[in-house]
Amino acid sequence: MRRVILPLLILGTLSLHAQSFIDNAQVNGSFQTDAQYYRLDQGIDITDLNGKKLGVNGFGKIGYSYGDFSAGLRFEAFLPELNGFRNELNGVGIANFFATYDNGFIGVTVGDIYDQFGSGLVFRTYEEWSLGMDNALRGVRTIIRPAPGVTLKGVYGRQRYYWAPYNERDFSSDDYRGIVRGVDADWDLNQSLSSMSESDLKMSLGGSFVSKKQYDQSTFYNIPLNVSAAAGRINLGYGRFGFSTEYAYKINDPSFINNFIYKEGQSLLSSLSYSQKGLGVVLQLKRTDNMSFKSMYTGKQNDLDINFIPPINYTHTHSLPSMYTYSTQPNGEMAAQFQVNYTIPKGTALGGKYGTKLALNFSQVNDIVRDSILFCGEMVLGQSGTKGYTSPFFAVSDHRFFRDINLEVDKKISKDWHVTAQYINLYYDIATIEGHVGAPVVKANIGFLDVTYKIDKRQSLRFEVQGLWENEVHDGYVYEESDKKDYQKRGHWAAGLLEYTITPHWSFSIADKWNYGNPVPEFRDHYFTGTVSYLHDATRVMLSAGRQSEGVVCVGGVCRTVPASSGVSLTVSTSF
Amino acid sequence: MKTMKKLFVLLFAVLMISGVQAQQKSDLPNVTIKNLQGKDVNIAKLSNNGKPFVMTFWATWCGPCIKEHNALDEVYSDWQDETGVKIYSVSIDDSRSTAKVKPFVEGKGWDFEVLLDVNKDLARAMNVSNPPYTFLFDGKGKMVYQHSGYFEGAENDLYEEILKLKK
Repeated sequence: MRRVILPLLILGTLSLHAQSFIDNAQVNGSFQTDAQYYRLDQGIDITDLNGKKLGVNGFGKIGYSYGDFSAGLRFEAFLPELNGFRNELNGVGIANFFATYDNGFIGVTVGDIYDQFGSGLVFRTYEEWSLGMDNALRGVRTIIRPAPGVTLKGVYGRQRYYWAPYNERDFSSDDYRGIVRGVDADWDLNQSLSSMSESDLKMSLGGSFVSKKQYDQSTFYNIPLNVSAAAGRINLGYGRFGFSTEYAYKINDPSFINNFIYKEGQSLLSSLSYSQKGLGVVLQLKRTDNMSFKSMYTGKQNDLDINFIPPINYTHTHSLPSMYTYSTQPNGEMAAQFQVNYTIPKGTALGGKYGTKLALNFSQVNDIVRDSILFCGEMVLGQSGTKGYTSPFFAVSDHRFFRDINLEVDKKISKDWHVTAQYINLYYDIATIEGHVGAPVVKANIGFLDVTYKIDKRQSLRFEVQGLWENEVHDGYVYEESDKKDYQKRGHWAAGLLEYTITPHWSFSIADKWNYGNPVPEFRDHYFTGTVSYLHDATRVMLSAGRQSEGVVCVGGVCRTVPASSGVSLTVSTSF
Repeated sequence: MKTMKKLFVLLFAVLMISGVQAQQKSDLPNVTIKNLQGKDVNIAKLSNNGKPFVMTFWATWCGPCIKEHNALDEVYSDWQDETGVKIYSVSIDDSRSTAKVKPFVEGKGWDFEVLLDVNKDLARAMNVSNPPYTFLFDGKGKMVYQHSGYFEGAENDLYEEILKLKK
């Protein structure tokens, strides 16, 4: 009976409402293609293309919405993937689809889900095209908002792993993965309680619980069937002050990343801020201890992450400062971040006619302290199959991973001139962060000057000069011949850029990066590039030719390494 | 997979029945995000008392976005006086920098209505893949202009589009 009723119901309503369903619906979409043609370049040691002359990453997505209903799908093609992207991406297909009904009280989504609980310490699924990163949860999500300020969420599904099928128990391949399920509650007291609606005190509370069910494939370790994690959070605001904190706990979860130790994991993320017009101050603290949480315990790098541990350091945007970018160390870190943004008011001696914007930043990350534990009558530290170690919660190890102290001045000098300058003092443990084992720490001073000159209403010129000077690794430095690879981007750098823009459509730029102080003479290369960009409404076309240096591309704290390359690249994107 | 299909059909049926109440055409997606005070904001209900409004996507780590915001900040009060336009500034900073957005905005002295799109729900719904990205909506929530990227002086073109709506 039901078999007949449902289609009839659908048909009936369809014919009744089809017209309004089409007339009043919204259809939108976007496309992007990134292509690169690679060529041999003896100058930067590219003597073999490994059969890859062309790499193409592309996607097209289309979305449909009508009132409370929306749906969409995304088609992706990697033919083959660009250098630096994971080889598993190679392929074509519909990578993502979903349908959502949300009437404000209840919302249901089926398909590929992106969501985040709190700050993501126990659950975050997201997509970052420029990194080839997508850990969408394919399944069901329900959101219920029973009262103003109260949001309840539940998710259930399995995560995307490149193009691997979503089979439950495909032990034949090593990319099978577990089921992820989670619930989250968020309560905003100011929206919820009438007594607090006009209060100066802003307060919200939240809690989440997430668990994965995985199958033990290991013949050596006894892998737990269910691993659960929970988190609690609080956000407070009072006048100009703000405070927020989230604590997360995970039960033992032996994995490739933590070297198969059976220890619980913890994470704490807190921030305190003060802001008034013209002044903003923020202090953030973070502790991470064994918090890698993946739906496949054999997962490497960023594969199948269920959670997201945000790095809290400053994100640089210019090419030399962003060459050494910190990425989260899920096995343990103690991090602090302090930032002041201040605008010297207009009309004062230092502020001038337009005001002067200053930003001071301090970030540092150290390791946590690990104490050995007793196992079978012996003291062991981090040994597989044991509880690993104990770690005092507030202790900071002497092992420093990263430090960045920087000061930025941003000043409009006159109607036509604008200057931004920044000085950075950097400490970067490249052995830990990028896995160049044994390579000396990068201790560097970095600076840049970025000047824009408006020729007239339509045309402008911009130039940049940048320098990076390493304190210890430079000309005359003695290195082992076998370790040469670890020195590919080390030593002093100089960079320059000149850009000519005709608003609103065209931009032409030439840039050079020169590794003039590399300790290895044959690595003292120029990386010259020329770029043309065209913008028109929602369309962006960018064509560039030249050399790309080996480096790390990071977005939102997740990074991928890009090998050195030479050739021509084209990006086209548009949306409608 | 089978249960998935069933769910799809069910959902489809539900929406067909619920779709009876025809909605007024608007280009604002049904997405809820928070503002700087932590209050939920349903984008589908955004308005500016019948006057046009701008929605611009940015992030604290995006250089051109900050240039664009500084440029908009300089002209914003004039624009408001002349056209009554309102600027919604949507930060796509994720949890690594969510806590920094408010002090950053205040420190820069910007006066825009700032919204936090921490997991890019709104950016995805509006097909924004890279910031900066700017939309202009008329008083009824219909999108009349969009622009990817920022070049020096591009705010003048945006203003011309706003002035067109005044006529």
